[in-house]
Amino acid sequence: MSSKTLSSSTASRKSVGWRFLGSELSVLFRRRRTWALLAALAAIPVLIAVAVKLSSGPPRGRGPAFLDQVSQNGLFVAVVATIVAIPLFLPLTVGVVAGDTVAGEASTGTLRYLLMSPVARGRLLAVKYAGAVVFCLAATFTVGSVGTLMGALLFPVGPVTTLSGTTIDVTESLVRIALVCLYVTLSLLGLCAVGLFMSTLTDVPVGAMAATVVASVVSQVVGQLPQLEWIHPWLLTHYWLGFADLLRDPVVWDSFAANAVLQAGYIVVFGALAYGRFSTKDVLA
Amino acid sequence: MSGAADLVIETTGLTKRLGGRSVLNGIDLAVPRGSVFGFLGPNGSGKTTTIRILLGLASATSGDVRVLGESIPRALQQVLPRVGALVEGPGFYPFLSGTANLLRLDAADRYVSPSTRRQRVDTALERVGLSQAAGKKVGRYSLGMKQRLGIANALLTHRDLIVLDEPTNGLDPQGTREVRHLVRSLTEEGTTVFVSSHLLTEVEQICSHAAVLSAGSLVAQGSLEELRRAGEPRLRVVTPDLPQTHTVLRRLGTTPDDDGASPGAHIITAPLPDGVTPDRIVRELVEAGVRVNGFSVDQAGLEDLFVALTGEGFDVVQ
Ligand SMILES: Nc1ncnc2c1ncn2[C@@H]1O[C@H](COP(=O)(O)OP(=O)(O)OP(=O)(O)O)[C@@H](O)[C@H]1O
Ligand SMILES: [Mg+2]
Repeated sequence: MSSKTLSSSTASRKSVGWRFLGSELSVLFRRRRTWALLAALAAIPVLIAVAVKLSSGPPRGRGPAFLDQVSQNGLFVAVVATIVAIPLFLPLTVGVVAGDTVAGEASTGTLRYLLMSPVARGRLLAVKYAGAVVFCLAATFTVGSVGTLMGALLFPVGPVTTLSGTTIDVTESLVRIALVCLYVTLSLLGLCAVGLFMSTLTDVPVGAMAATVVASVVSQVVGQLPQLEWIHPWLLTHYWLGFADLLRDPVVWDSFAANAVLQAGYIVVFGALAYGRFSTKDVLA
Repeated sequence: MSGAADLVIETTGLTKRLGGRSVLNGIDLAVPRGSVFGFLGPNGSGKTTTIRILLGLASATSGDVRVLGESIPRALQQVLPRVGALVEGPGFYPFLSGTANLLRLDAADRYVSPSTRRQRVDTALERVGLSQAAGKKVGRYSLGMKQRLGIANALLTHRDLIVLDEPTNGLDPQGTREVRHLVRSLTEEGTTVFVSSHLLTEVEQICSHAAVLSAGSLVAQGSLEELRRAGEPRLRVVTPDLPQTHTVLRRLGTTPDDDGASPGAHIITAPLPDGVTPDRIVRELVEAGVRVNGFSVDQAGLEDLFVALTGEGFDVVQ
């Protein structure tokens, strides 16, 4: 190769590439759709708080865990809203964002221009995945923070009795709520990887979104069937509601760790599948 | 490698199968450095597919591809920063402005300086006449405005090669003329321009070289003069005396065909017979009593060559 071909002004030195991640996040959060999804999630704690406020007398028996505590201590709004959001609403919004990662770019025609910018295919997947993870954080913390806010507005706020029977002060309770949000974010990381993989299979984003949401629903349904108990520990959704340990005193980290290992497994497997598929794919859209 | 330094694009035996069908059958492209290379072919002949392979968007089924002297796809990440491209129409986020879209694509390029980003984006927008609409959401752009933005993206930084797939698609006459000027100024900057098109006049006006693709095979390639020379020259007679002219032309060894008509006269065209000079034809016609109102010998246009090479039929060849 001649030295002449290298002496171009453009191909001098490459930067680390954090700017592309920044640009990815700014595109994600400049979309009206992203804000609509977060607004829908924010509506859950608002509805719960308002419903409890308007209902007369403490609710009995049925309803999500901790619902009966809300009227005594507003901090529980965040926890109840998170529990309500986990089975469907969170996977739905995360499915939309994760399923859109690659297929969305393909459908707008921007995928080929990103690849020619150039962005190496592995790097594109990594940045897209990181964007979806940031959305998960935004989603869980939207539910948590709006819940806390609504609770503080409509109900008394005070020290919380943990599941171990001890009492923790308000600051410590807020830390626990943040821990729950982080736990739920962690729970969704595997689903993000599934969505990323689905997104490499098609140029139709809605298809990838639906497939991702269906994956989470199927996983939860299988998790309810005692006949398939042997498979339960491997399910994406196995630890989704297992954050009770974070509400003990002191915090028990076992389920957090087990969940992390499981989600990491999903990330590795579906990340590899996504890369395997995308790195050799003909971009014809 | 001999000659590789002079070739910006070089493919050998490039073959591509798509959906169980052969779309490209062993293409040998040779695009010289500094040329404006017209890549011609009817709809569905494989122009865009070839471009996708050159830019690493799709893989070749077999064959060898070199761009800017480097092997593709192996050296793709080193080559692409030096290549600007518009492929199969522009692709942008409709909810972002023209400027924001270009900033995004520029941010993805790790080889350019972020400090000059804003300025380079503005310059590129200005070059395609979009400065006024730069702040508008792309979703509200017209077809031609999107096309211009797509061209601007190819111009974000200095490139050694610019690939434009149907650049004048959807452009108004001013836009089309601007593209011609743009291509010329790019050549002056030392950029090689590879333009795919089925608009022959356009290619004739701006290109120094061309290749013709037909149903996935390269049927002609070379400088524009070489290609024109390949087409046979035709003579054209304007006369009221149709039968006598036919007789004379047949005697001289050529077959007259499509007769046009102008008021009071016929227009007769025929391939120029070998070894017969134009002045001799005129002399023979006059001696035979033909009233010659007009006579000319025309080099075949690129269009005639194109039709001769790719067929008359309107149907897309599969
Ligand atoms: N995704 C695909 N799967 C299967 N065949 C395809 C696909 N994309 C294109 N083709 C086929 O490849 C051939 C070449 O298509 P290509 O887009 O390269 O043509 P083109 O020369 O760019 O045409 P045009 O002038 O219309 O842009 C066509 O016959 C088309 O049917
Ligand atoms: Mg095309």
